Amino acid sequence: MPRLPAPPLPKILRPKPKRPGQDAEGGALSPVEAGITVADWVDERTSLSPVIRWTLFRKVPRGTNWYYTLGSATLFAFLSQAVTGVFLAMYYRPDAAGGAYESIRNIDDSVPLGLFVRGMHKWGASVMVILIFLHMGRVFFFGAYKYPRELTWVIGVTLLILTLVMAFTGYLLPFDQRSYWASIVGININSGGPFIGPYLSDFLRGGPEFGATTLSRFYSIHMLLVPGAIAALIGLHLYLVAKLGTTAPPWLKANNSEPEPELELESTDV
Amino acid sequence: MPDRRRAVKSKYTADRNIPGAFEGETVTRRRFMTGAANGAGAVAAAAFTLPVLGFAIAPIFHRQSFQWQPIGAPSDFPSDTYATKVVTIIEGIGEAGKSLAYVRARNPAIDTEPEDQYNQFIALSSRCMHLGCPVRYVFAAQRFICPCHGGVYDFRGTVAGGPPVRPLDRFYTRLNNGRVEIGPRYSVNSELRRFSPRDPGEPLDGIGQYLYPARFDTSLRPKG
Repeated sequence: MPRLPAPPLPKILRPKPKRPGQDAEGGALSPVEAGITVADWVDERTSLSPVIRWTLFRKVPRGTNWYYTLGSATLFAFLSQAVTGVFLAMYYRPDAAGGAYESIRNIDDSVPLGLFVRGMHKWGASVMVILIFLHMGRVFFFGAYKYPRELTWVIGVTLLILTLVMAFTGYLLPFDQRSYWASIVGININSGGPFIGPYLSDFLRGGPEFGATTLSRFYSIHMLLVPGAIAALIGLHLYLVAKLGTTAPPWLKANNSEPEPELELESTDV
Repeated sequence: MPDRRRAVKSKYTADRNIPGAFEGETVTRRRFMTGAANGAGAVAAAAFTLPVLGFAIAPIFHRQSFQWQPIGAPSDFPSDTYATKVVTIIEGIGEAGKSLAYVRARNPAIDTEPEDQYNQFIALSSRCMHLGCPVRYVFAAQRFICPCHGGVYDFRGTVAGGPPVRPLDRFYTRLNNGRVEIGPRYSVNSELRRFSPRDPGEPLDGIGQYLYPARFDTSLRPKG
């Protein structure tokens, strides 16, 4: 049966003529191709893809298990603290004359989702401290601090101390009775150290008495000084993890493909 | 051996055939340039680091000013119990800068420390000398009791029990035109000898006074 010629398409529906530079297939790039093109464009100028491949596509020892995720969990707890902290700083006022407490009350009572975001920051602080200790325990009991990972351990301990500094300085910021007296006690524990203790607590308070600058000093340490140091040290920590690789769990025996060399017993008494 | 000796370069640039070398010159231009660039970088970094560090630790050297504050007439203060007075420690921050003082008239029968113009009225700081919590005077027991860790002080403010390391701090007091005025805080050891104000947790008996040195800035006695 002969086919009848199709009616002519309206001009707007006819395929457009190829533009110069277009490939034979014609049409726009598919989303995947577009993404690849953009990534290629960036990679051609930065050479980042080997770095990403080196960081992410590493060999992982047999027996790697859920305990190995505690470090990443701590990292994400820190990221959560950083993000919620940045947004809390939009409403918080470090004013010892009562403004700090009022601004926290405002966050809790009036700001949309304020109680939720502050709750995440408050409870997330405890979560981060718990996770960092669990991570430390995992590394200790798996023997992962041994050669050649000693420096990773040292940086990790520094991160632990900085996390505790964050917890201590952050505790004062709501400036209610609990945080005020807890900080008084905490600062006075510092002054119990012989010789440098009195000067250390003067430094923390910004003077011999708990004063107007104590709160802003704690705030500055809490949101600028220590987070920057933590972020930098996390970068170094992760570099070392990627560089040195992770350890196998201690209960796994080494499984070499080549058989163990036989001991050749030579008799010395000829 | 002779080869190795020849390998040692002369310290003079002229001997090493460096173009443009001066007679007696030992520092190459490359080394001079490196040193100058590093030095300039160090100076630039120090120019903002040192002032900021000084800025942060300056409070250790800062002299705290304290005004004499009138707290009442002499008849307001009995010698057998304490009256409470709110004193301002730090100006301008409201409640957080205030503290409570327990004040009574000097009673020669029990106050054996040497008498002078500054202790006609005994003013005790309410700050516990364990870790700085606020103590409360319990009239029935005639004791100061700390709510945090159970420190107990007797009527004169000396340690009766618990973890505190020295008696309650005191304030200088004076009579001025018929008004009792309260002045700077000072610390005492267990014999109630005066020391410049210290933080809680710093013992002042025996070796303690050397382990916990005075601040750089505070004088022992008020000037007024």
